[in-house]
This record gives sequence, structure tokens and C-alpha cells, in this order.
Amino acid sequence: MSVKVRIPTQLRSLSGGAGEVEVEAATVGDALRALDSAHPGFAERLFDEGGGLRRFVNVFMGEEDIRFLDGLGTPTPSGCTVSVVPAVAGGQ
Amino acid sequence: MPFVEGLRCRECARSYPAEALHVCEWCFGPLEVVYDYEAITASTSRQRIAAGPRTIWRYADLLPAGAEGAVDLGAGMTPLLRADRLGAELGLSDLWVKNDTVNPTGSFKDRVVSVALTRARELGFKVAACASTGNLANSVAAHAARAGMRSVVCIPADLEVPKVVSTGVFGGYLVALNGNYDDVNRLCAELASEYPTWAFVNVNVRSYYAEGSKTLAFEVAEQLGWRAPDHVVVPIASGSQLTKIAKGFRELHKVGLLDDEPHVRISGAQAAGCSPVADAFASGADFVKPVKPTGIAKSLAIGNPADGGYALDEVRRSGGAIGAVTDEEIVEGIKLLARTEGVFAETAGGVTVAVLAKLAAAGVVKPNERVVAYITGNGLKTLDAVAATCGPTVTVAPNLEAFQAAVHVADWQ
Repeated sequence: MSVKVRIPTQLRSLSGGAGEVEVEAATVGDALRALDSAHPGFAERLFDEGGGLRRFVNVFMGEEDIRFLDGLGTPTPSGCTVSVVPAVAGGQ
Repeated sequence: MPFVEGLRCRECARSYPAEALHVCEWCFGPLEVVYDYEAITASTSRQRIAAGPRTIWRYADLLPAGAEGAVDLGAGMTPLLRADRLGAELGLSDLWVKNDTVNPTGSFKDRVVSVALTRARELGFKVAACASTGNLANSVAAHAARAGMRSVVCIPADLEVPKVVSTGVFGGYLVALNGNYDDVNRLCAELASEYPTWAFVNVNVRSYYAEGSKTLAFEVAEQLGWRAPDHVVVPIASGSQLTKIAKGFRELHKVGLLDDEPHVRISGAQAAGCSPVADAFASGADFVKPVKPTGIAKSLAIGNPADGGYALDEVRRSGGAIGAVTDEEIVEGIKLLARTEGVFAETAGGVTVAVLAKLAAAGVVKPNERVVAYITGNGLKTLDAVAATCGPTVTVAPNLEAFQAAVHVADWQ
């Protein structure tokens, strides 16, 4: 299924400057791995040694944090948007 | 600013120049300002600080932006009040209240925003932006107006009316989003990528912004005669303020302003409606699990606190604790502080006082410790929280008879 992945500034050097990459994937994890296949280098930046997301990487399916869904196993309906967002932000 | 060497990732220690960067490109860890402490030690002194302005800029040597041309509404040097009456209620003999409700826009956010926008202007930004639960919105809009900068402030649409109005009055772009603060925050993190010419104070200039909270430690130490307190109680939203207060006390010793190495116990306060850091503390977890916030303490309603893990570390390392209190306890906390000390705090202050009361009752905060409670926002911003129980005691006709019949104060001399 066609999924849009939104890339933060910090990682756009890996995608040739693109802020959005379209991939085929059935889950969020698939989408991020497909992103790495299309533009090698993403996986080591997003995943830790155990294959989980790094501590400061937040991923959203649409507007929802995937930690409130099924994590990397969250299904990605066709046409959805997966956003990679650095965790550091916030304040009152 | 002369003493800033650059930025460094808190996680992997990679170095970066002192620009509008906030996240490590490698591991996404937060970037922190690196100072030349030797040069600061040579420059700073208690006398030099005492001769400085009565604002946060008296501590410019320890801030990441220059005092010359600061974006300044006069934030800082708020009263440190000895709180004997509140202390008596809680069984604490040496309690102090840092009354940060009296900053220019009514919260401690003026400290961080003054630093952030000063640095943003140095870096050439002309637009100030932020994601906010209200206090930050007020402060960014006001400081941007003061600096002649444009502002774009993003807030959750369900914010308290006073916080909305006291942002809108400054004439910037105020964007209300149909979502909670974490939604607003996520959008702003994405916007920061799309609008690189905007200074999002708590996103792309966050590394500088956060440093402003150190002044909460600097002032307390100076106001106590250059001594650190034994224990501080600090509200936790993102966790940044708490970690920077801890850092502030350490820095004072590092640059020779405090003679003895401080051992300040740091305790944190959250509302039960949004207590991810308190929950992690209670369960012994070393990571913070995000939650969906509820409850009246909207200024603390960050379900996914960026610095939660660091706040947890500071509290544990210092021998403090983190408590969480219900909405009812928050209201009681607001009223207790007001009744005993004459300070009207917003809900976050109610959280701090109520958690302090709990920790004192549990013996975590000890009776003879010198304790400082940080009261960081003004009660006029969250009138709704107490409006139902703080109206007139009685309403009477304007004549002596009616007054004497209704107002029973015969024994008040």
C-alpha cells in the first residue's frame, strides 16, 4: 500500500533533500524499512541495536503517536502519512 | 554569549556550532550549550552580578546570548519569600516560596523567552514562533511585540480564556489547533522543518531557550546570600525547568559563585491527570511512557515530556521524589498558598504546593530542611480553577443593618 513518509530536516540529507518520500508498506515498521531501502542510511538513524525505535525518535501514523497504536506493527492504510519527528521539543 | 563554545549532543557528545540547531543529526538527542567555564570563572563575581540589572541579564555570563540588545521586558529577580505561615501548616521550619508569578507576563516563561528571542535575533531571525499551553504563548507574543518581531503562536483550542486573550492582545498570529498540547507540539516540530526562517523558541532554538531556567537557581542562591537551599520542589511539564534548575546550582559552584559544592535535593510535582514522570519514578522505570493528559493543570499537560527522562535522573540522583496530585488537591493547594502567603498561583503552583504538602507529610521533605517551592505562574491565568469556591462570602444590601445582620465578625479585633 502506498504510504507517504515525512522526513524531518535533520534526515533530509539522506533523502536527497526531500521532505516526503512515498513507499509501499503494510505497517509503519515496513514503511521505515522501505525508506531505508530507497535511501540507505535511515535504518541506523531510526533504529537502535535491538531493532526498536531510538529513544529520541517519535513516529506518528496520521496524527497519532504509534506508541498509542501498535508501535512499529501499526497497519498503514493506503494513502496514509507516517511522520518521523524528533522528540526534543516542548515546553509549557 | 562570549563564553559559548558551541552545542553538544547530550546523548552521543557530537559537537555542533552555536546556531539554530536543537537536535543531534545523528541520534536525535538534545543539543546543549557548551560554555568556557574557565573564562566565566575569570569574568564573573558576586560583585559584578550585584552591579548588574535587576533582571535575568545580571547573569549574562552564564547565559547563551548577549545582554547588549537583549529582548527584555524585565523578567527575573522575582521575590523569594520566606513562607513561615505555609511552613507552619506543612510542618516545615525553613520554607521559602520563589514567587515567579510576578514576571512581566505572569510566568517563569519570560525568563526562557527573553533568552531564546535574544539569541534568535542574534542569529538573524525576524519571526518568533512556539507551541504552547498558554504561558509560553503569552510570553512569546509579548516579547516579540517588544522586539518588533512577528510572532506565530500555536495553542490547543481548548485553552483557558485568559491565556488566549493575553496572547492575542499583542497582535501576533495566534493559531488555535483542534488537538491537545502534544498534537500542537508535534505540528510545530514539523513546521520547524518547513519554516526554517522562524525561531520556534521551544523547538529550533530550544537549546538556548532552556538555559533561561537556570536563572531560577541563580536567583534563589543569590537571594539566600549565595547559599544553595537543601531541597527544591519544581513542577514538571516537559521536565526542562527542573533539569535546568539542577544544572544552575551546579554551575554556580563550578564558576566559584558558591563556595561549597551544593547538594540540593530536587523534587518534582505533577498533576494526576498527566503524571508520566511521577509514574516512572514510582514504578522504578528508567524511561517515561507517554500518556494522554486530562485535568485542570493545563500548563503542565505534556503527555510526552521531552526532558522527562533527564528530570527523572536529576530527582533520583539528588535523593528527591516526584509526587502527583488530583484536581481537588490542586485547587486546595492554590487556596492554601493564597490564604497563608498572599500569593495567587495558577494551577501549576497548586500542583507544586499540594505535592510539597504530600512529600512533607510523608517525611520526604524534612521538617528542618531549607526548602524552596517554585511557584511559576499567576493565578489570574486560571481563574476558572477556583472561581466556583472563591466568590463573595456574602452579598448584602448597602446599609449598616444589612451588613451587621449578615457579616459575623464581632470577635475580629
